[in-house]
Amino acid sequence: MAQKESTFLNMTLTLFVVTFVAATVLGFVHDLTKADIALAKQKAQQKAIESVLPAFDTLGESYKMLPEDGADSLEFFPAYDASQQLVGVAVKTYTKSGFSGLISIMAGFSPDGIITGYEVLEHKETPGLGSKMNAWFKDQSKPGQNIIGKNPGTSKFEVKKDGGDVDAITASTITSRAFLEAVVRAYQTYQSAQEQPAISNNPTNEGGQS
Amino acid sequence: MEYIIIIIAAIFVNNIVLNQFLGVCPFLGVSKKISTAVGMTGAVTFVMVIATMVTYLIQTYILNPFGLQFLQTIFFILVIASLVQLVEIILKKVSPSLYQALGVFLPLITTNCAILGVAILTYQKEFNLMQGVVFAIANAIGFGLALVLFAGLREHLDLMNVPKGLKGTPIALIVAGILAMAFMGFSGLV
Amino acid sequence: MNQLQNFTKGFIKENPVFVLLLGMCPTLGVTSSAINGLGMGLATTFVLVMANLVVSLIKNVIPSKVRIPSFIVIIAAFVTVVELTMQAYLPSLFESLGLFIPLIVVNCVVLGRAEAFASKNTIVSSIIDGLGMGLGFSFALTLLGAAREFLGSGKIFDTIIFPEDYGMLLFVLAPGAFIVLGYLIALINRLNKA
Repeated sequence: MAQKESTFLNMTLTLFVVTFVAATVLGFVHDLTKADIALAKQKAQQKAIESVLPAFDTLGESYKMLPEDGADSLEFFPAYDASQQLVGVAVKTYTKSGFSGLISIMAGFSPDGIITGYEVLEHKETPGLGSKMNAWFKDQSKPGQNIIGKNPGTSKFEVKKDGGDVDAITASTITSRAFLEAVVRAYQTYQSAQEQPAISNNPTNEGGQS
Repeated sequence: MEYIIIIIAAIFVNNIVLNQFLGVCPFLGVSKKISTAVGMTGAVTFVMVIATMVTYLIQTYILNPFGLQFLQTIFFILVIASLVQLVEIILKKVSPSLYQALGVFLPLITTNCAILGVAILTYQKEFNLMQGVVFAIANAIGFGLALVLFAGLREHLDLMNVPKGLKGTPIALIVAGILAMAFMGFSGLV
Repeated sequence: MNQLQNFTKGFIKENPVFVLLLGMCPTLGVTSSAINGLGMGLATTFVLVMANLVVSLIKNVIPSKVRIPSFIVIIAAFVTVVELTMQAYLPSLFESLGLFIPLIVVNCVVLGRAEAFASKNTIVSSIIDGLGMGLGFSFALTLLGAAREFLGSGKIFDTIIFPEDYGMLLFVLAPGAFIVLGYLIALINRLNKA
């Protein structure tokens, strides 16, 4: 079981060859999986959009907009029915004020700004506490905390502690506050998107984008 | 101001060992005496900061522009392994006693998940170079803090009447758990 | 030792987590649920087996002084393969395991076996060693994950055993990981002595 001598040349050569072979193999695997990785991401996004909006036929082209108070842009996914009427818009929004940082949410809005659904996409909130936001604000049997069917323009989307209309998750006020902040951010940016001349002249969107 | 937040978060709120679970092996292995704990922290700080800087540069100027992100793991760990070799050589010359005391744990810094972890976290949190360096230093301090606190506790434990079945690693882990509980008190600080 | 002993030593007698105390970081970090523990365990097993195989294959052509960095590169390559494959075909597991997937490369179990065993044994022995240690590791992680998931949320593998409200949240969080592992090691030590 003789081993190669540890001369400087042998060592550098070996390390170089090993790294080169490894990198090449990886490049190959990367090419193989590239398409499937993109597909998996797209499927997850599609699933999220479908779960927050009522039934639709086609997705229009997505667009991005910077919210007034944020550094990162939100992504908008308009959805249309068979007759090209706007069914609603799914908005990928975020907040950085979560208990453990970033929370990413897909929120669905009807053309008049009523929330049709939401899905929490990404978060690091405490399991069993903040993580309850996945289901807490959708609970139709508890109108105090349910936000589906409400309009951030007409109800106060803040936790009751801050004078708003929404019941926070028990023992998770910070997460609840952050969650609502993300939803309100989506709503406000959605409103300003609608008020822009290129999209619609009428603040209450009458359907479709030209 | 945001640097203060990064520092407080890294040392207390998201302590690298007690909250993020990175660097647990040396945490359990080198914490029997406070003096070795301090020595280890010094070595880790040096490697962590330079590794974060070098990996940041590699990511920004080599991996990203050429779409080679999938080579991140290989390149990052190569950088860390080389740095540890360097530290070993330097330490042998500069402080042979510390080199002896750290023993087999010195090369094990390469497999210290805290170092690779911090390098990857810097990339994930999208810090720039300055923020990355501050983040690395803060995490190293947090690592040191956890290590020294734990070493202090263990020095006491050696003198206690621990039930036979729990002697050694089990009681150390349980005490670490209680220490982690104490650190949970910092959550919500930032 | 014969191959059967080679394979089974990883389960209790030389269990990498409970006895050898290696690979602590992922053990504590991903075991908040049984399925996460199992997923991580199997991913690590794959890397262990493949790395052991390659190391054993080329052990005679690697100069001794540069063997650790070479092993590390080989391990890193397989870890990246696991990363890419999971991202493409098991995206939700990929999200749950997060940072700990690339950290498999610094899992002392993997480098430890490559250095202590695969670099000195035949290819077949190395594969079996990798498999045994990997499955022992997976066993440890799944056990810890199941214990924490059960105590913390009343479920195992997402099957509800008692309502979540009666769970002790602490066990799903950081302190719980340390504490449950401590008691499990004490238990296994007791079993090994018997």
